[in-house]
Amino acid sequence: MKLSLTKVVNGCRLGKIKNLGKTGDCTMDIPGCLLYTKTGSAPHLTHHTLHNIHGVPAMAQLTLSSLAEHHEVLAEYKEGVGKFIGMPDSLLYCSLHDPVSPCPAGYVTNKSVSVWGVGGRVEMTASKFMTIQQALQPDWFQCLSDGEASYEEATSLKRARKSVDRSLLFLDNCLRLQEESEVLQKSKIIGVIEGGDVMEERLRSARETAKRPVGGFLLDGFQGNPVTLETRLHLLSSVTAVLPEDKPRLISGVSRPDEVLEYIERGVDLFESFFPYQVTERGCALTFSFDYQPNPEETLLHQNGTQEEAKCMDQIKTIKTTDCNEEITSFEINLKEKKYQEDFNPLVRGCSCYCCKNHTRAYVHHLLVTNELLAGVLLMMHNFEHYFGFFHSIREALKSDRLAQLKELIHRQAS
Amino acid sequence: MAGAANPASLESAPRIMRLVAECTRSRARAGELRLPHGPVATPVFMPVGTQATMKGITAEQLDALGCRICLGNTYHLGLRPGPELIQKAHGLHGFMNWPHNLLTDSGGFQMVSLVSLSEVTEEGVRFRSPYDGDETLLSPEKSVQIQNALGSDIIMQLDDVVSSTVTGPRVEEAMYRSIRWLDRCIAAHRRPDKQNLFAIIQGGLDADLRATCLEEMTKRDVPGFAIGGLSGGESKAQFWRMVALSTSRLPKDKPRYLMGVGYATDLVVCVALGCDMFDCVFPTRTARFGSALVPTGNLQLKKKLFEKDFGPIDPECTCPTCQTHSRAFLHALLHSDNTAALHHLTVHNIAYQLRLMSAVRTSIVEKRFPDFVQDFMATMYGDPTLCPTWATEALASVGITLG
Repeated sequence: MKLSLTKVVNGCRLGKIKNLGKTGDCTMDIPGCLLYTKTGSAPHLTHHTLHNIHGVPAMAQLTLSSLAEHHEVLAEYKEGVGKFIGMPDSLLYCSLHDPVSPCPAGYVTNKSVSVWGVGGRVEMTASKFMTIQQALQPDWFQCLSDGEASYEEATSLKRARKSVDRSLLFLDNCLRLQEESEVLQKSKIIGVIEGGDVMEERLRSARETAKRPVGGFLLDGFQGNPVTLETRLHLLSSVTAVLPEDKPRLISGVSRPDEVLEYIERGVDLFESFFPYQVTERGCALTFSFDYQPNPEETLLHQNGTQEEAKCMDQIKTIKTTDCNEEITSFEINLKEKKYQEDFNPLVRGCSCYCCKNHTRAYVHHLLVTNELLAGVLLMMHNFEHYFGFFHSIREALKSDRLAQLKELIHRQAS
Repeated sequence: MAGAANPASLESAPRIMRLVAECTRSRARAGELRLPHGPVATPVFMPVGTQATMKGITAEQLDALGCRICLGNTYHLGLRPGPELIQKAHGLHGFMNWPHNLLTDSGGFQMVSLVSLSEVTEEGVRFRSPYDGDETLLSPEKSVQIQNALGSDIIMQLDDVVSSTVTGPRVEEAMYRSIRWLDRCIAAHRRPDKQNLFAIIQGGLDADLRATCLEEMTKRDVPGFAIGGLSGGESKAQFWRMVALSTSRLPKDKPRYLMGVGYATDLVVCVALGCDMFDCVFPTRTARFGSALVPTGNLQLKKKLFEKDFGPIDPECTCPTCQTHSRAFLHALLHSDNTAALHHLTVHNIAYQLRLMSAVRTSIVEKRFPDFVQDFMATMYGDPTLCPTWATEALASVGITLG
C-alpha cells in the first residue's frame, strides 16, 4: 500500500492510495469517502441498484457492531466477509461502531470493548476481536479502542489519559496477534487516535500510535455538536501535524458537507458516507450545489431556487425519525412537503442518478406519503450519487486550485 | 366438461389474444396478448404493484426480470395521489415510469377486503377513507373514469363482489348487479381503442348463478373475461369446480383472467383448466416476510437452519439474488433492519413466478404439458399421491392423471 500526495493546498491533501486490496491493484482517491453499509449491504440497495449509482467509492465501510454476532458463520464460511456479502471486488474497512447509532457508554474495560448488534452486546477482548477479524478478513480494520473519553463534553484528564493508554495497549496486543495470524497478513490495522479534548493526550496518542506499524490512523471522538466544533478543529490540526504524511487519516462520525471541508483543511483524508443515509431516512433529498464554476445563467437560476428554499426554512425544523431526532439541514429538501405533490421536476435538475433520470419529485412524494419501500431505494440512490459527486468536486477543486470557491459555495448553503 | 365446444364470440371486434398452442389433453393454452404497451406471452403471472410501485424494486429491475405486465389498484390510486394528478403525469405509465403493460383492478375487491368501511347500493360502493374519514362513492362510471385517467392497458369492470364464504340471496343479487354494472362500465368507457375493458364473471360458488352470469356476460362485446369472486375463503374443491365451469363457457379466442390466484400449484392446475392470466400479492408479500419461493415450496430464511447455508436460494434460479447471494447472507440481512433483504427476496419471488409461467408455456408449445404437470407435482409434493386431492381431481377432470 502506498499513499502518494499530488499536492497539499491550504492543509488539504490531494492524492491517491495505491496497491490496495488482496491483489494489490486497487486505488483510492483522497480526499474521499467510504460507502456506508448496514450488515454488509448499502442501505436499501441490492447489487443491481447499488450498481446504478455512479461514482461508488472503491472502499466500503463495514461495522463490527452489525457483523460481530455473525462471526461464527463467517469463520465457517472461511472465504471472508467481502465474498459473503456479495462484494468480492470491493475494498473493505471495518469500523468498530455504526456512526449512525452510537452505542451505550460505560462498557469499555482495560481488557475489553463491547459492540451492540441486533442480538445484543458482544464483548471483545483483543483476542476475541482478532479472532473475529480473522473470520472477516477486511482490507483495513479499526483497532480495538477506547472511544469513550469523548462522550463527555468536558473530559477529565484522567479519563483522557486512560483512553490513550488503553487504546495503545489494545493496539500492541492486536499487532502481536496479527503477526501470529497468516490469514490477516494482507490486512492493515488502523491505529485509533484518542485522548478526548485534552491536547497533550491527543498528541501523545498520535505520536505513540505513529510509532507502531499501522496502515493508517482513525481520528476518533472528533464528532460532536457545533458548540465544541471549534475546539475540536483546533485539536485536530495539532494532531494531524504530528502524523506521518504517507499514511491515510480517517475520521469517524463526520459526514456533513460543511464539516467535511473543514476537516479536509486540517489534514483528514477519508470520511464515512452516513450523512446521505440519514437524509434518506427522513424522506429528504440532497440538493446542495457543489458546482463551483457554473455558467452565469445557471448560477442565477440556482440562486433563485436556493432563495426559495431558504425562505421556507426560517427555522431549522426538527423531526422525529425512527432512529433519533435529526434536523433537516439546508443541504436537502423534504419531499414529504405538500408543495412537491405536483412537482414533475427531477429531485435535482442535471443530476444523472437513476432517480433523477427516471422519476419526479411528485412520484417520490407519493411514495413517501403512502409509506412505500421504493421511496428509500430511490432516495438512497440519489443521495449517495449526489454525495459521491460532492467528493469528486472537492478533488477537482483541489486539482485546479479552486477550493476556496467550493468552500464559499458550500458555506453559503449551510444553515 | 372437458372437450366441450366453446361458443365463438359474437362480434367482429379485434381480438387481443392470439393462440399459439393448445394442449390436446387438457384445456391449457399458450398464447400472446397484443396490448398497447407491447406483447405479453400467456399464460402469464402479473405481479401486483398496488400503489404505483412494485414495493421495493425499481421499474428497471422489474423489466430486467422479464415482467411485461403488472397491476395497479384503482381504489388506492384513486385516493392517493388521485386521478387528476396521474393524468398530469401522463397516466400511470408516466407517473411510475413503467414502459410495459398495466392492468388496473376496479376497486371492487376492496369491497370485500375493506367491508367494514364500505356500503354497496345499486349506485355503487360507498367507501369511508381510512386516511381522513372522507366518503367516496365508487360507481361503475367513476371507476371507469379513474381508470381512463390512469391509462392502463387493461381495465376491469366494477363488479359487486361478495366474499366466497357468503351464501344466500346476496350472491345472486351481486351477480345480477355485476352484469348491470358491466353494461354501465361499457357505456362509460371513453377509450376503448386504447384500453381493454374486461368483464368479471361472478356468481359465487353456485353453479347455476355462475352459468347465468357466463351466459349473459359473454353476450357483451368485451376483449377479455376475468373469473372473479374466488380465491377467498372457499374450499379448494369448490374453487376448482367454479374455475372449470367458467372456462368451459368462456370463448376460446379471448383471454381468461383468474383473479387473485398465485400459489404455484394453483397456477399450474388453473392453466390446465384453461386460464391465461393470473395476479396475486402472495409472492411479493411473502418475500417481505422472509419467505423465498422454490420448486419444493418455500424457505423461511429467517429460521436458524439457514444460518450457515452457503448455497443460493435455488441453484437453478438465474435471478440476480441467486446469482450473488447465499441463504446464509440473506438470513443475516433479514435479521437486520436493512430493507435490502426484502428487496432481494422480492426480486427472487417474482423471478420464480415468471420462470414458472415461462416453463409452463414452453411445455404447452412443445406439446408436453401433461408431463410438465407430473414433474411439477412430483417436485412439489415428493410423490404424486401426496398431491392435494383437489388438484388431483381438477387435473383428472381435464384429462391429466397423476402418478
